[in-house]
Amino acid sequence: MYQPNPEDRKYSKDHEWAVDNKDGTVTMGISDYAQEQLTDIVFVELPDIGRQVAQFEQLAVVESVKSVSDIYAPVSGTVIDVNKALEDQPELVNQDAFGEGWIVKLQMVDPSELDTLMDAAAYDDYLERDGD
Amino acid sequence: MRKTPLYDHHAALGAKFTNFGGWSMPVQYTNIIEEHLATRNIVGLFDICHMGQIEVKGHQGFSFLQQIMSRNLEGQKPGQIKLCVMTNEEGGILDDLTVYKLEDELYMLVTNASTRQKDFEWLINKSRELGFDQLQIKDIGDETGKLDIQGPKAQKVLQRLLADDLTSLRFYRAIRTTIQNMPVILSRSGYTGEDGFEIYSPANKTGELWDLILKTGADEGIKPVGLGARDTLRLEAGMMLYGHEMDETITPFEVVYDWLVDLKKDFIGCAALRRQKEDGIPRKLVGFEMIDRGIARADYKIWKDGRDAGIVTSGTFSPSLHKAIGMAFVPLEYSQEQTEMDIEIRGGKFKAKITSLPFYKRKK
Repeated sequence: MYQPNPEDRKYSKDHEWAVDNKDGTVTMGISDYAQEQLTDIVFVELPDIGRQVAQFEQLAVVESVKSVSDIYAPVSGTVIDVNKALEDQPELVNQDAFGEGWIVKLQMVDPSELDTLMDAAAYDDYLERDGD
Repeated sequence: MRKTPLYDHHAALGAKFTNFGGWSMPVQYTNIIEEHLATRNIVGLFDICHMGQIEVKGHQGFSFLQQIMSRNLEGQKPGQIKLCVMTNEEGGILDDLTVYKLEDELYMLVTNASTRQKDFEWLINKSRELGFDQLQIKDIGDETGKLDIQGPKAQKVLQRLLADDLTSLRFYRAIRTTIQNMPVILSRSGYTGEDGFEIYSPANKTGELWDLILKTGADEGIKPVGLGARDTLRLEAGMMLYGHEMDETITPFEVVYDWLVDLKKDFIGCAALRRQKEDGIPRKLVGFEMIDRGIARADYKIWKDGRDAGIVTSGTFSPSLHKAIGMAFVPLEYSQEQTEMDIEIRGGKFKAKITSLPFYKRKK
């Protein structure tokens, strides 16, 4: 069973989370539900610093032994930091998807885009309803 | 989609399912790496009921199979298994299969899941064309269940259920015996690179056998293992998979199956293969490992000096070796070990180098 979804962040339908750092940036990753679906994560392809992405555009790639999955930007922005630790320890995403397993930090273009995402309660419902 | 007799057992164990050759099969129960390592270090149990079995019965069996298989089956004794390929007129591989000689006039052919119908029809048609009218060829796949038990503790666990002494059963040998009054064919063989056994049982009893083996091996730490780990295990062991490394347009010489071809005898496809032996092969199957960070997957393109230089047939992250490995077809001139090449991953080019096969060899 996956970890409860923390209430301090927003969630996308593609199972990314985004925490508002309250300084115009967000930190993003994938939910514990998502890592549990992917299981054994063995590789994370991180974007280049400075890359600009639109909301819901492909941002990173997570590979398990068997599968390759695109990770999308929960909001539009510029990549200002990536979790370098994942290069040698991709399993951090499995072990701590909401913490040590964060993937990218983005400088937001339009903070109101966060309002288009689900809060924890809505994401819980979403997983309950049709999250697969 | 077809289901094996064990479908409900897998569902009860919380398996995730995948479509494999038209069958709904467990891809994993917990996770692939755990199941992979359990097989390498302890013992794993696999549902292989999707594979096909064809019985060839009658005094013409040997002469018939000599014309069907590229390998010379002369000298095969009852109880002996031979890995074979079946080729078409052009020398392309129709299937790779194991031929069990159970009695002088009784063979069992074990086919891949995706090819079982095609193989059966091929055998029936060829037996007619070639005039083998005294043969009984029967598809026994639906009435036969198959479980593989693989890993260093496989013998120890299985021995508890058998009166026969397993230590005297040699590699690629089979016996007919019983497990709790259930008739089985059991061979020391497998598809993981570990010691282990393949067990054929009546399909309606295979569920019982599955539960019995899991219970018997529980104290050793036996795990049910899905097709995900089966694939990483076979790839590390340098074993090919039909549909990836082999198909009807690929010849045995191109996949370095020279040892399965005897050009001194006549068989379907021998003329084409004799020609290829003279002319040389255009491409060759090789193993590779990634130098750059990235995982190459099946169908990714290979580049050498900016030119198209082949295609990946299988690729994964190796749980035992902790690196990205794979197999690929490359032009013969680039097939030397240590040759560096670029593999295209999501539009970028990543360095890899050709290595010897297998990637993994167990300690004896």
